[in-house]
Amino acid sequence: MDTLARSETPAAPPPDVPARIQRPLRIMFEYAEAALDRVFGPAWNPLYFLGPLGFYYYWIVAVSGIYVYIFFDTGTTEAYQSVEYMTYQQWYLGGVMRSLHRYASDGMVLMMVVHIAREFAMGRYRGPRWFTWITGVPIFWLVIASGITGYWLVWDTLAQYIAIATTEWFDWLGIFGEPIARNFLTPEDLDDRFFTLLLFMHIAVPLILLFVLWIHLQRISRPRFNPNRGLAVGTFVMLLALAFVHPAESQEPANLSVVPGTLDIDWYYLAIYPFMDATSYGAGWGFAVAASLMLFVLPWLPPLKQPAAAAVDLSNCNGCTRCAEDCPYNAITMMPRSDGLPFDHEAQVDPDLCVRCGICAGACPTATPFRRASDLIPGIDLPQRPLRALRDDLARRTAKLDGPARIVVFGCDHGVRVADIEGPGIAAFSLPCIAALPPSFIDYVLSRDLADGVVLTGCREGECYNRFGVMWTKMRLAGERDPYLRKRVPRERLLTYWGGTLDRRGLSNAVAAFAARIAALPRFDPLRPGASARANARPDAAAPSETVD
Amino acid sequence: MTRAVAYIGQVIVYAAIAALLGGFATWPRHTHFPDDQALIKLSFAHSAKHKVACRKRTAKELSKLAPNMRRTLSCSRERVPVYLELDFDGAPLFRGTFAPSGLSRDGPAQVYERFVVPVGRRHVVVRMRDSTRSEGFDYEAQATLDLPPRRNLVIGFRPEMGGFFFK
Ligand code: HEM
Ligand code: SF4
Ligand code: SF4
Repeated sequence: MDTLARSETPAAPPPDVPARIQRPLRIMFEYAEAALDRVFGPAWNPLYFLGPLGFYYYWIVAVSGIYVYIFFDTGTTEAYQSVEYMTYQQWYLGGVMRSLHRYASDGMVLMMVVHIAREFAMGRYRGPRWFTWITGVPIFWLVIASGITGYWLVWDTLAQYIAIATTEWFDWLGIFGEPIARNFLTPEDLDDRFFTLLLFMHIAVPLILLFVLWIHLQRISRPRFNPNRGLAVGTFVMLLALAFVHPAESQEPANLSVVPGTLDIDWYYLAIYPFMDATSYGAGWGFAVAASLMLFVLPWLPPLKQPAAAAVDLSNCNGCTRCAEDCPYNAITMMPRSDGLPFDHEAQVDPDLCVRCGICAGACPTATPFRRASDLIPGIDLPQRPLRALRDDLARRTAKLDGPARIVVFGCDHGVRVADIEGPGIAAFSLPCIAALPPSFIDYVLSRDLADGVVLTGCREGECYNRFGVMWTKMRLAGERDPYLRKRVPRERLLTYWGGTLDRRGLSNAVAAFAARIAALPRFDPLRPGASARANARPDAAAPSETVD
Repeated sequence: MTRAVAYIGQVIVYAAIAALLGGFATWPRHTHFPDDQALIKLSFAHSAKHKVACRKRTAKELSKLAPNMRRTLSCSRERVPVYLELDFDGAPLFRGTFAPSGLSRDGPAQVYERFVVPVGRRHVVVRMRDSTRSEGFDYEAQATLDLPPRRNLVIGFRPEMGGFFFK
């Protein structure tokens, strides 16, 4: 059923255990995103910037860490005293820096946990995305290890607790000739050199973390490292306010003759210790290993069955680089021409990196439905969901449309299931991503009178399953990015609607209202395209974006 | 939603994140160790006696060895395990054997044991056997100690300091 390929709605995920957790989690995220969209707007919504916020917190930790380092002394008594000095004598700067250091570190963990949950909920961890997921697992432990060594340096009772529990925890493995916990038996056993080693680790581990973060983003094209200004300012002001309202403080100075009793615990970094108090060191290892293993195998539970990767048809590729520019996962490389055609380059797809989003086909200048039937072979396309099939499908299904306003809806497999809003006057077509639709298809539908109006819908405006689907689409429609939607296309016959998968009612209402507007327009004459546009000109009609309410 | 309402909403969301960060950075408190108990850590490294005592080689035996290997004492390197007993207020708290470390079983035995005990004035006895004898002990020490809440009492061992010590 080749011709149906583009319009069929994605099959429900198999009822495996990950999917059973994934679905409710995704619904929760979508509600939260919708709520925060209303408060922050899609451009500032923190849920769309979790990774960049993680980096932002990292830099705050790094800068405040350098300041704290300047005043920090290593040594069994000096360490505590130097931190006390910063916290109280120099509260206005050293104390604030210490608080920023602590709370931005906590922010990194909070962001990271939500980031993991969200990528999991959205299903962005399988197929070629496994790499980004798997490199995230060591990141998690490196972040935690950075925090543990940090709390250890202060050498208060909390540090004492961590020192003994951590060394005993590692001794449990029996890999050291002599129990390392013996370094913390009595005050006389303490060694300043241990603190120097610790300080070294507290600096080295975050640097390794930064390196692994760089690897984390190797398969992501144009990764966003920074949140936008609004979020950055808001987050910083929030941390600063917290630093004044609830400054970070030490607990009693460490005293190895007395066992730490009741402690204030930073649960973001230290939760494993109370867990091991309640269970055992063995259980601590069991949990750490099981959790890591589970995260490691998750991308293959079960393995993603994928259609073929995007394929290049050299005879139709002129080497324009648009597909490589638009690919969100660095899957396309421009190579020297190999077939003797008079162009410098040709596109080449790495199937291991390709997520089958089809955005490349949507970008290709040769992917235009105006070409003759036999010819609609773009330079690049998804072999199992070719654009030719979409055009054939369009012709076949729009022929049956009926009513005062015939509407074609182009949707995306990761947004609302557009098949659900079909009706006698509405034909819906789902693509792997809305940016897989070459803008010329919109022109084609209207100018060939296949329908009276076109609706584009996809993921939520702020963040797209395929990262750039919504953004590229908006820019193409606005004439800011190749391939443009031609000027002659009457914008009042085009509606874009960005919503989550739960937004069916919103989409359905928006389409109904749109259809009513279209029905009131004079019939569109593609030969004199200005006619209806002039009669019904709306100043804001260019690329309207319905807000989701 | 008006701009003002949206900004108020943002402040509320940031306040919620700040509360999450500030809150779980110190709360809820965790009781690692209760006030009505103390901790005894029995910990040291100790090389026990060799399993077989060293023996003088006969001249005949020596002549059979390569010249650079001619040591008069023949020692098997393996050590006996260390046997330990700990009594607390007259009742046995611990009995255990610690094997020597190393592939040839010639290294020190590593002891690191924790005992949670009630606080108060207590009598502690610790005994060690580190030789081939089958009865009796090579070292013994006892003390009556005040154990205040959460006291971390270390029982160590250094033969050059006369054996066990309490710290
Ligand atoms: C401090 C820790 C982390 C930081 C700063 C971070 C940062 C980022 C950034 C900036 C992106 C790219 C977002 C974009 O531009 O679209 C990203 C993507 C991703 N992250 Fe992380 N990350 C962290 C930890 C983790 C962890 C622990 C995991 C999972 C175990 C993870 C899984 C992923 C996945 C699966 C994606 C890819 C999403 C896609 O394919 O589009 N990350 N991360
Ligand atoms: S289908 Fe998507 S991921 Fe694959 S090459 Fe095309 S744009 Fe890149
Ligand atoms: S967009 Fe099309 S023509 Fe341009 S390089 Fe890619 S495949 Fe070739």
